[in-house]
Formats: sequence, C-alpha cells, structure tokens
Amino acid sequence: MRRSNPFKEIDWITVLIYLMLAVTGWLTIYSAAYSEDYPSIFEYSQSYGKQFIWIVISLLIATGILFIDSKLYITFSYLIYGISIGLLILVLLIGKKVAGSTSWFELGPIRIQPSEFAKFGATLALAKFISTFNVNIAKSLKDRLIVLAIIFTPTALIILQGDTGSALVFTALMIAAYREAWPAYQLALALAIAIISVIALLVDKFILIGSLFALTAIFIYYLRKNKQAIYFAVIGFIVASAFAFSIDYAFNNVLKPYQRERVNVLLGKKVDPYGAAYNVNQSKIAIGSGGFSGKGFMNGTQTKFNFVPEQSTDFIFCTIGEEQGFIGSLFVLGLFTALLLRIVFIAERQRQQYSRIYAYGVAGIIFIHITINIGMTIGLAPVIGIPCPLMSYGGSSMFGFTILLFILLKLDADRKEFLAS
Amino acid sequence: MESSQGRQAIIIGIFVLIPVIFLSKLFSIQVINSDYKKLAKNNVIREVTVYPSRGLIYDRNGKLMVYNEAAYDIMVTPGKVSKDLDLEALSNILEVEKEEIEKGLQKAKRYSRYKPSVLIKQISARTYANFQEHLHKYSGFYVRKRTVRRYPIEAGSNLLGYIGEVNDRQIKASNKYYQPGDYIGITGIENEYETFLRGKRGKKYLMVDVHGREQGVFEDDGEESKIPIGGKNITSTIDILLQEYGETLMQNKKGSIVAIEPSTGEILALVSSPSYDPNILSGRDKGDHYKALIQDTLIPLYNRPIMAQYSPGSVFKTVMGLIGLEEGVITQNSIYYSKGAYYTSGLRVGDHAPAGNYNVSRAIQLSSNAYFCYLLDKILNQKKYESVESAFEKWKTYLDQFGMGQKLGIDIPNEVKGLTPTTEYYNKVYGKGAWKAPTIISLSIGQGELLTTPLQIANMMAAFANRGYFKTPHLVKNIEDNDSILSQFRQTHSIDIQSKNFDIVIDAMEEVVERGTARIARLDSIKICGKTGTVENPHGADHSVFACFAPKENPQIAIAVIVENAGYGATWAAPIASFMIEKYLTNKITRRRKWLEDRVLNANLLNVAYEKE
Repeated sequence: MRRSNPFKEIDWITVLIYLMLAVTGWLTIYSAAYSEDYPSIFEYSQSYGKQFIWIVISLLIATGILFIDSKLYITFSYLIYGISIGLLILVLLIGKKVAGSTSWFELGPIRIQPSEFAKFGATLALAKFISTFNVNIAKSLKDRLIVLAIIFTPTALIILQGDTGSALVFTALMIAAYREAWPAYQLALALAIAIISVIALLVDKFILIGSLFALTAIFIYYLRKNKQAIYFAVIGFIVASAFAFSIDYAFNNVLKPYQRERVNVLLGKKVDPYGAAYNVNQSKIAIGSGGFSGKGFMNGTQTKFNFVPEQSTDFIFCTIGEEQGFIGSLFVLGLFTALLLRIVFIAERQRQQYSRIYAYGVAGIIFIHITINIGMTIGLAPVIGIPCPLMSYGGSSMFGFTILLFILLKLDADRKEFLAS
Repeated sequence: MESSQGRQAIIIGIFVLIPVIFLSKLFSIQVINSDYKKLAKNNVIREVTVYPSRGLIYDRNGKLMVYNEAAYDIMVTPGKVSKDLDLEALSNILEVEKEEIEKGLQKAKRYSRYKPSVLIKQISARTYANFQEHLHKYSGFYVRKRTVRRYPIEAGSNLLGYIGEVNDRQIKASNKYYQPGDYIGITGIENEYETFLRGKRGKKYLMVDVHGREQGVFEDDGEESKIPIGGKNITSTIDILLQEYGETLMQNKKGSIVAIEPSTGEILALVSSPSYDPNILSGRDKGDHYKALIQDTLIPLYNRPIMAQYSPGSVFKTVMGLIGLEEGVITQNSIYYSKGAYYTSGLRVGDHAPAGNYNVSRAIQLSSNAYFCYLLDKILNQKKYESVESAFEKWKTYLDQFGMGQKLGIDIPNEVKGLTPTTEYYNKVYGKGAWKAPTIISLSIGQGELLTTPLQIANMMAAFANRGYFKTPHLVKNIEDNDSILSQFRQTHSIDIQSKNFDIVIDAMEEVVERGTARIARLDSIKICGKTGTVENPHGADHSVFACFAPKENPQIAIAVIVENAGYGATWAAPIASFMIEKYLTNKITRRRKWLEDRVLNANLLNVAYEKE
C-alpha cells in the first residue's frame, strides 16, 4: 500500500463545514451557559470550556482516523458492529440511568453513550453487507431481511434502554438502502403507514375508517372493470382499518405517558402551556423573538434566563434563533444542507459500493438528527431528545459524528486506490 | 425501476426540502409574526413599582423620631405556581400559618391568574433572606421591597400617627393618584403632612429568569423607568426626650400633658395617656395590634390632648381675674370679703378657701370660689352694658380671644372645639332676659357649660406667658425644601388685655406656686407661675389639673397637665408639670425632689374609686 500524506486527498470543503459547525456550536454554548463567575470561554469547569476540549479531542480523533488504513474499517465492519451490539447489551445490564434512560456507561468521570458508536457500527455493517458480492436487496427478500436485522437490532436494544430518540435515528439508514435499489414501493408503503398512524392519532378512528371506506368505494366504482384492482382495494381497506385500530391500541398501551403527552402536544390535540408543550412553546418564543437579525450574541433573554430547557444540548438551536435571528438560522441550516449535499456528492464519486453506502448512511443519520432536533425547536417534530450534530454540548455526540464523518473522508481520500465494484 | 440518478435526485430533494420547510416556518415565526417578541418580553420583563422612601421625622433637636426599615412583601402570580406546591415547607420558611398562605393564594387567584398580587405582607429582612435562598423552588413567587415605619424612641404615637395601605375610597378620592398597595398617613402628622412625606412612586422594568429571580434592569427604548422621589423630611417641634419623659410620668394614669414654647406656639410635648408603642402599628402584626388597641377600654388611640374636653375648673380663675381687671370692675387692691362660701338668691357655692378679705391676687393664690362668683356677678352687672346679655357677650369675646370654644388649628387631625356657651344658648334654655348672673355663676370657677381641651389650657398659659398673645400651637417646625406652608403658624393672635393686668395675675400665679395651693411644684432655680384645678366631673372622681408657665421672666415653656379622676390638682398634676419644666429647662431632676418623682412614677391612678367630696 502506498504511503502518502493522509491530508492530501482530504475533502477540505467538508472539513471546513465541520469546523464551522463545531465552532458555531461552541460559541452558542458559551452564550447560552455563560456564567459571570467564569468569563473565559476556555474555563474547564463550565460547559463551554469542556466543549472546547471535546472539539480538540475530536480533531485528534479525526487526525488519527486519517492515519488509519481505510481498508481496516471495511475488513472489520462486522466486528465493530458486533462490539457495538455487545456494548448495547452490556449497557442494559450495568449502565447508568440518566434522565429516564439507561444509555450511559460511567467510567470514573467519563460517561460514554454506546448508542453513538452503534450508529457508526451499524452504518459500517450495512455498507459491508449490501456491498457484498451476490447480495441484491432489490430482488432478494432474504437480503432485505438481513438489512432490516442489521438496522433494527440496535434500534430494539436502544428502545429497551428507554432512549426512543436515538433509536429512531437508525431508520435513517434506510436512505442508504433506498439509494442501493431497495424497492421504492415498499418504502412508500412504510411512509404511508406512518402517515396513516399520525392521522389515526389525530382523528377519531371511526371517522378515519369511514373516510377510508368512502375512498375505497369511489376507487372500486372507477375501477369496477378491473377485478384485481377491486380485490386489492378491499384488502387495502381491511388492512388500513385494522392498522388504524392497532395504532390506537399501541398508542394507549405501548407508549409511555410522557411520550403520549408529547405526541398529543405535537399533534395539537392538547394545549397546556405549563405542561408538556411548555418547552416547545418557550423554544418557539425564543426563536420567534429573535426576529430577522437576532438580539445579538449573549443577549438572548429567553435562553439566558432558562425559559428554554436544555439550551446547550438539545435546544441549542433556540439560542441561535434568538440571538442571531433568521439570518443565523439560515446560516446554520445552510451549513447543514451544504454538508448533506457535499456528502451526497462525495458518495456519488466513490468507485466502490461500500464507500457510497457508508456515505449515504452518514448523510441519513445527520439528516434525521437535524430534522428532529431543529424540527422540535420550532414545533414541527416531536420533542425527542437527540442532539444537534456537531453543535450540541456533549463529548459522546461530538466524537460520534466526528468518527462518522472522518471515516467517510478517509474512505473518500483513498477512493482512487479502490477498484470500482 | 428508477435509475440511480433518479434516486439520488429524490434523496437530494428530501435533503433540501426539509431545510426549506424549516426556513419557511422560521421566516414565519421570526420575521412575519411579531407575537413571539411580545411573549418573550412578557416572560422576562416584570414591571416593578419602586416605592419612594417616606420622609423621616426628626424632633426639634434633630433626634430621629421616625425612620423606615426594609420589609418585604411576598408576591405571587397564581398562574405560574406549580401544582404540587409544598405549602408546609413554604409555611415553615415564611414563618406564616399554612392557612394564611392558602387564603392568600385563593384571594390572589380571584384577582388574576396572570397578574401578581401580594400574598404575605411585610416579612422581616431575616425571613426574606431565608426565603430568597429557596425562591428557585417556588415558581410564580417573587419578593417586593417595601418599608415599615420604625420609632427609635417609643413615644409620641398619637401625635405622629400611623400609616396604612390606601383603601378603595381613598384611591377614588385621590383621583387615582394612589394605587393599591400605596401607603397613606392615617392619623397624626403622618396624615396632616401626607403630601410632603409620601414622595413619588417610581417604576422600573426588571428582567427575571424562569424562576422569577431578578436578573437586572431591562434596557429598552420602549419602557421608561422612573426613579422614585423620596418624601420630604420633617422636623417636628416636639422634644422627643421630653415627650418620652412626660409619657413615663403619666404611666398608669389617664390624661394629658401639653407643653408649648410660648413665643413660637411650638408644641414641645403632647402626651396622651395611656399610650402605646408606635412600633406595634407598623409591620406584619399591625392588624392584630390595632384590634387590641381598639378594644382596650382605656382607649389608647384616643388623642386626649386635642380630643378630650373637660371643664377648665379653677385654672379658669386666672382668665376671670384678667377680665375683671381689664373691664375695670376691680383693681389690684379691691377687697372682697368672703364668708367661706358664695351666697346668692338661694344658691350657695362652696369653697375650700377660708373666709376673709380677698383681693384678686389672694383669690387666685388660694383659689377662692366665692371671690370669682362675686367677680362674675360684677362683670355681668356693669352699668356700661345695657343688659346682662350684652355684658356676657363682652365677657365671651375675651374667651374667644384665648381660643376657647374653637379649634385652635393644630396641625394634626381630630382636634375638637371645646365649648363656650353663647347668649343664644342661654336664651333658648332660660328664655330671653330670664337668665342673670346667678343662673350661670358656676362659669366663674370654670365649671358649668364651659369645656376646654388640654391644648386650649396650655395655649391659654402660653398667652399668659406672652402677656397677651399666642401663636397657633403646632407640631411641625420645618419641612425640607418647603417653608411657606408653615407661615400660618407665625401669625400672632392678640388678646385685648393690657399687659399690666397680665402682670398682676401672673404675680398671683407665682404666689400660687411659692406660697399657694401648688407649693409642691416649687423649684429653687426656676420661677413657675401656675394655677391648680380640681375639676368636678359628673362621671367620677375629680380631675387633677395644673396649668402654668416658666420661667416667669422670659418664659420658655407653658404647660397644661390633666390627670383624670386623680383628685386635687396639687396632688398629681402640679408635680408632673414641675418635673416637665425642670426636665426641659435644666435637663435633670434635683435630688431633693427625687422622692416626689418616684411617687409620681409609681402611682397607679387608673382605677381610682368613685369619690366625691
């Protein structure tokens, strides 16, 4: 293997976006968590000082990754995946309970969240499996089931931990599967089910079934000459109705009360400004009050006076919205969109399928984080506690995204050494 | 099946679509909709009324009489209070009964769920400090700084008065100048000088965090803070130490002491007894204390020096003597023989003075009833007046000039007029022309229909001291930055009696103390001129009265002392007056008189049995 300067072939645009997001996040944490007793942004006892250290460590990790041969990840994909699954099981047994979920290991002063590493492990395994010779998810049901197993094993384990938010992230890997020719109608169907679920929760199920019945009737009337279509329509109606009932059941019996509350608030079924919707409401007030150009760095009143909870972690976007206004929101969303599009661009220039799948996996994970995290701050997504990539305070999250991204950059840097698959 | 490019395009589409949706939503809430700005402001901005500090009150020597101490109101916004509020813990921290907090919360809820109202009033600085530490646990609560009045020397409660929160009627009457929660002076100087003492409310906008803790002043062009303007300080005419001493002398006695500086009309002491510690009508337990004071049968809130009316009794004989001399019905040397009582048309007026020859001086000195009955008879039957009625009118003008039967105009509320009967009154009772000197003969010795307040008696003595004039007695000497309001007190009220006549009576009054009925009040170093009185009283034992001024030349103090139901004027009132004079003029009590002071201090005259001679 050629020994070359590992930085030479790096996609510097991605690195630049990465650094801009990390620094923006760090400054925002400083503004949100600023304490007059500790005015220095490098003050280690404060979250902003710690975040600086996490960024520095992340850069060391990133550099380290660039020095490691990318073939290693390919070779050990399953092993890494296996280890991360093992850690997820282990954390269930000996993990520490934080805010209702058992998702942390505590090693002295350091807390590690294995679900962050499972994202990376699952992405590697997914890439490895789909890129294996003879695997064809477009045609083989067995292969598709294996893909689902790779994705939903960690999901199930993380749900068992009680961390629904992180579990949800894994569904984003289906974007990579879609790119690799997973039958579109199946994904469309899954999406339709999701939509019906939401409607089922929103309206009375008998109204829903009535509407479905009416739709089916019209459908049958227009396609009355096509026996097979009628057959499908009737089947579809029965399935949809049964589904609507089961959603209702699941909602009332499977979800935890606080989750039900949040879903209800999100769907607008419940108004309670000092209850579950309080956070979302205060978050919207914070962002909305920022106006076009914001209240200025360190001048946010909503965030500074703790009206918004978790403002340096899950609700960090509030501080951006309040202090930097629409301009700041546009800047941050622009950076994320640029990052996603750049990753797609990188994905598409790969010669080997493994790298492409991995790239789409990374894009999917970042995408779903942004969608849920920023979506919840403006009331467009349920309040699910997942961090804003590269910006939210926290080492595990920072390291996790760094590893995800820089392995991609390393694979990309080495792309010319691979044969097209 | 779509091509790879197709799928790639769809993925890119999704990656772009979501941020675009988000940005449109952000544009809507950040740029188009302005409600969120208001909501954010409502969240953090608290409009706070900054109460001005009420003016301080000093005594004539610059000694502090009234100051302000910080107290704290606990405010609550019911809508922000957590549903599982631990009342028990809150009650412990605030040291307030749980029931009171519950009741307050209900009341606050009825007023408004979103506007703050007062939950607990005027907790101490110590309790406040404790609560402040726990404040983060109690969302919806905050603390408002107020002040309570404090009195370093526990004296003068009735003259100073007290303050309280304005009621709805007062707010309406003030044309909304006052707002709920404002303080207003209710009685005494606090009431009379309210407009100077109160100052002007300020306003500020504070930023608060989610727990309601203050985070500094909000700076914005929209909301203008107003700095409160403190009330004016007032200097009283009172000598607070003399006042305190007077109250001590009067302990366990009912009655009044009024001491006036004759040349200026400045009131040096205005003792109303029994009194109360002014501090108890200020602060948290005011309500309970007020109730107790109202229910007290000794009515400590009754400001006796200006509200109680008594017959002046023998003290009035000094005025009678003056009128007789001025009218020319007697001279200094006219002699009248007393049989030891006064007899006229089937009427006998008894007398403590022995039978014998009396001139006006001796009559005053020995307080002869017979002599003054004779004198009134002579005044009313003068040839120069066409009738007893017109002679009476003339007699009454002298009384009017002394300020009897009318409000003198002291600068605290609730002063009463006293009573000087009029010809109309007698015409109505007896019929026109049907009343003669014997009908109203008891007026001559200060009994009958005559009623005076202790203030009027003291003022009479001030007029004697000045040999013919007085200035309206008043309690305020100086108001910070404002002088004109007090000009009314510089006016001289003259009495149409020549000073040489005053000198004759004053010489007699000196003899009263030197060799007459009030020898007990005699001081070695200071010449006191006075007159005792033992006032008959239909409700019980006689009141002990003494009125005087001192020193004889260049008088510094005029005093009236009334001890209710205490018997002879010489027994209690005269010594008390002499101690006030001694204290005021020499600032000490001579050792020789210590036994007497102890006797006065230890006397309990509250429950003297009904006894009549």
